[in-house]
Amino acid sequence: MSEITPELVRHLGVLARIQLDDGEVERLTGQLSAIVDNIAKVSEVATPDVPATSHPIPLENVFRPDVVGEMLTIAQVLQNAPDATEDRFKVTAILGEEQ
Amino acid sequence: MSDIIRLTAAELSAKLASGEVSSVEATRAHLDRIAAVDGDVHAFLHVSDHALDVAADIDRRRADGERLGELAGVPLAVKDVLVTTDMPSTSGSRILEGFLSPYDATPVARSRGAGLVPLGKTNMDEFAMGSSTEHSAYGPTHNPWDLDRIPGGSGGGSAAAVAAFEAPLALGSDTGGSIRQPAHVTGTVGVKPTYGGVSRYGSIALASSLDQVGPVARTVLDAALLHDVIGGHDPHDATSLEQEWPSFAAAAREGASGQVLKGLRVGVIRELPDTGFQTGVAESFRASLALLEAQGAEIVEISAPHFEYGVAAYYLILPAEASSNLAKFDSVRFGLRVDVPGGTVEDVMARSRDIGFGDEVKRRIILGTYALSAGYYDAYYGSAQKVRTLIQRDFDNAFAEVDVIATPSAPTTAFRLGEQLDDPLQMYLNDVTTIPVNLAGVPGISIPSGLAAEDGLPVGIQFIAPAREDARLYRVGAALEALLVDSWGGPLLDRAPVLGANGGAR
Amino acid sequence: MAKAALMDFDKALELYEPVLGFEVHVELNTETKMFSAAANPANEKNHGATPNTLVAPVDMGLPGSLPVVNETAVRYSISLGLALGCQIAPSSRFARKNYFYPDLGKNYQISQYDEPIAFEGQVEVELEGGDIVTVPIERAHMEEDAGKLTHVGGSTGRIQGAEYSLVDYNRAGVPLVEIVTKPIFGAEHRAPELAAAYVRAIRDIVIGLGISEARMERGNLRCDANVSIRPRGQEKLGTRTETKNVNSMRSVERAVRYEIQRQAAILAAGGTITQETRHWHEDTGTTSPGRPKSDADDYRYFPEPDLLPVAPSVELIESLRAALPEPPAVRRRRLKADWGFADIDFQGVVNAGLLNEVEATVAAGAAPAAARKWWMSEISRIANAEGVEPSSLVSPASVAALQQLVDDGTLTDKLARQVLEGVIAGEGTPQEVVDARGLAVVSDDGALIAAIDEALAAQPDVLEKIRDGKVQAAGAVIGAVMKAMKGQADAARVRELVLERAAG
Ligand SMILES: [Mg+2]
Ligand SMILES: [Zn+2]
Repeated sequence: MSEITPELVRHLGVLARIQLDDGEVERLTGQLSAIVDNIAKVSEVATPDVPATSHPIPLENVFRPDVVGEMLTIAQVLQNAPDATEDRFKVTAILGEEQ
Repeated sequence: MSDIIRLTAAELSAKLASGEVSSVEATRAHLDRIAAVDGDVHAFLHVSDHALDVAADIDRRRADGERLGELAGVPLAVKDVLVTTDMPSTSGSRILEGFLSPYDATPVARSRGAGLVPLGKTNMDEFAMGSSTEHSAYGPTHNPWDLDRIPGGSGGGSAAAVAAFEAPLALGSDTGGSIRQPAHVTGTVGVKPTYGGVSRYGSIALASSLDQVGPVARTVLDAALLHDVIGGHDPHDATSLEQEWPSFAAAAREGASGQVLKGLRVGVIRELPDTGFQTGVAESFRASLALLEAQGAEIVEISAPHFEYGVAAYYLILPAEASSNLAKFDSVRFGLRVDVPGGTVEDVMARSRDIGFGDEVKRRIILGTYALSAGYYDAYYGSAQKVRTLIQRDFDNAFAEVDVIATPSAPTTAFRLGEQLDDPLQMYLNDVTTIPVNLAGVPGISIPSGLAAEDGLPVGIQFIAPAREDARLYRVGAALEALLVDSWGGPLLDRAPVLGANGGAR
Repeated sequence: MAKAALMDFDKALELYEPVLGFEVHVELNTETKMFSAAANPANEKNHGATPNTLVAPVDMGLPGSLPVVNETAVRYSISLGLALGCQIAPSSRFARKNYFYPDLGKNYQISQYDEPIAFEGQVEVELEGGDIVTVPIERAHMEEDAGKLTHVGGSTGRIQGAEYSLVDYNRAGVPLVEIVTKPIFGAEHRAPELAAAYVRAIRDIVIGLGISEARMERGNLRCDANVSIRPRGQEKLGTRTETKNVNSMRSVERAVRYEIQRQAAILAAGGTITQETRHWHEDTGTTSPGRPKSDADDYRYFPEPDLLPVAPSVELIESLRAALPEPPAVRRRRLKADWGFADIDFQGVVNAGLLNEVEATVAAGAAPAAARKWWMSEISRIANAEGVEPSSLVSPASVAALQQLVDDGTLTDKLARQVLEGVIAGEGTPQEVVDARGLAVVSDDGALIAAIDEALAAQPDVLEKIRDGKVQAAGAVIGAVMKAMKGQADAARVRELVLERAAG
């Protein structure tokens, strides 16, 4: 039924930045197949005439006045940093490029 | 001392106000209780080391004649999903071990402002994903009624803390039943407010359009008192409702005095059959309905044809939103970092997330990533959002005919630890009656309705009201609670086994 | 890196038709960020802040934090949409664009996806010589900027070869409007020029609205240029490349020209263009390949559940429309007609970026030609020499006052230039400089006649020549008189008087 394959699960792991080992990929493939077969039934009743609901209580135009408020101190910003130097967070080399 | 811990929050408040008991005494009594039983229950992930100082400050302010809130000096347990400046906040995850927030969640800040005394942070399924608290990275919480059984989830810690008299009140969060289902299996009261009724600011997000913070207590009045403290508009949360709310405590007090049941129209959902529900759960539910009917309530069968799609829609919307909400845990700014020698930052992120997240979290992130990915969005996430509309319409149609809807809070009593751990689909069905409430944004309450005959474990009944009508739940819940406690000859929790035989923390 | 083969530009245009597209990001200069109350580093006031000092919880994606939309940013976005001739959506919403990057605190960017606030507009872009090209706008949407990465340990400070990177979240959450054009056809050999002119047009618009500092060198305005080419006569569009991080108008122009030449060389040699992002290198004037498009670019957009739809009322939209400044292109047409300048003169002012200054000087009372002359010649010359902007040297009011002194005969042109130097040196208003330096023209004929008589007496041979009708000989006397008067005489009047006295 389901189109969940190990290759797809591995690709989803890349998108989600989770390094899945082969055992995890295999287990997830089976579990996701079962789950997806079960939840795919939403499309039975989701006909084109039914609008989607993103927010349970519909509101609009909720804004904040453009007034400077509280900011964190540098100490607060960095207090949980795994690594930091020169007032900034430090990360290992980035593969790829600036976006 | 043991008297103090068995007081309801309302009773304790009265004694604090009269000076009969000090906040330090009350706080110490609860800390002693935690020391005595939490080794068995494991409701707490962290116990505050300055709760007594906070309590002493409240006592001082009261002695100085300061006007304090009704709950001032009452101890409070805080679900670890809420960030706190003075205690670590982990959301039950290894990836956030030791995380200290530079700001307080709004419900926590309001509780502090009202003089409540935070005792500690309670255990939960990792990132609130689960119905048993077995998915905590820090080990499961045990149900005070039977330590071999689950306390419900994700807020098993808060429910167990309250049921085990480790705290009179607790804060919880409810995305698909995480306050109400633990209340059901622990014989306590839990409320999921109208979406937007309580600020989500500082609540570590699971599914933003479903999450709602709410009170956990042993009585309806206590829950109402806490709801009054934490509720109301918060400009930090754009989805927070701006309306004025009535006093929920006043509603609960009004309900307890009787009368509100006369002429009350209680809807029962035709499409939720008894099958699939444990016998004792179904029996307890019918007994409660009979009790309501005897007091002049009218039981009306209503149709909610799309409820059966609720669980499926929920397990698309939740993982989708969660996969995005949990992306922030990447080892850059906070949280676990696992070094990868010679690796790039991408490798470090992927490895840290693999080690830092548990199986259920990874399962749902992958599922949510799938549901949102190109080519699948319309079939899955988009369709689930449409189911949401259909369920809202079901509720609208029902509430045109009835004042409240009643359901069993969950299909079974507390199951054994480990029993459903390998069957995620079975685990997901625990929330079959609570999930539609979150999907529609309406409020729900679970109160104890009795013990199941076959296993002697607690059962809860859920009432659901239209959006913004939370007060109705307190009115009806308090009325039924009064009748039930009367019929039992005392609170249900009086029948729970004695804890503490195994001594202190382990 | 091997240098790419390039085809001669004219040859390339002979064989291929270029099609352009632009994505311009405008940083708004609101007081606070798009979704938090942290001070906005794209506002002049907060320029140069210490790293990580302009950060609220949501800017760094702290657990539990939530975004709330900045009302002023919404108004600015609507105004910009209107200035771009767009329709404003009766309801628009935010979406999450999911991708992992260390400069993105939440690992998703809050942007607008299927329901942008503004759509379907057009911008009139003026090329050199005054030709107008209408660029079609597809949409303008609100979003947030990312933080700033600094790469350490690489030889050039670039990402390649860097040992580690540092992250500053000050810029994270700065309000952005991204303006996306539709494909632009027909620019032909003026495509590179159009690119620069388009960015200039956007800059003029946002400056006119006052919604951005619009300093390209600071990244307030950033352009991604999409370029594709197709063989003449072919219907189907070619594969496009997207050149990022182009931070000056001149660079946009060069990058587009380079891409046309590079792509033409590849196609002519039988190759294919890879759809990819490319990076512009200011130093070498080349682009280099970035990441190719792949299925890793699955951003998993979905409506942002933490935020609600933005549904501006008709009243709000109309009040913002009524408050719009005159569109830059319309204004230019009006000023050119008002001033009566020749094409070349007017274009000179436009190209020098001195339209505002000349306009203000005229408004302060100077004749348009005089205002133009001051700004385009003397003031520009000094500014050039000092390496500063002309507008930073002197105010339009001072220039008008200076010209007034010339018009009423108090100063000669030469004296006026000295007075200008005094004004620039900070010696006060033109009148104050005239007074302090004693530079006014001597208009007392008595003093002039005395000086002339003295000069004629000293040069009897010259007097003789004048009397013989060799009027041009008067120059020597005039020079002597002007020297004696330290230049503070009207040379024409001196000449008149010399001839009179010589004849006498
Ligand atoms: Mg772009
Ligand atoms: Zn953008």
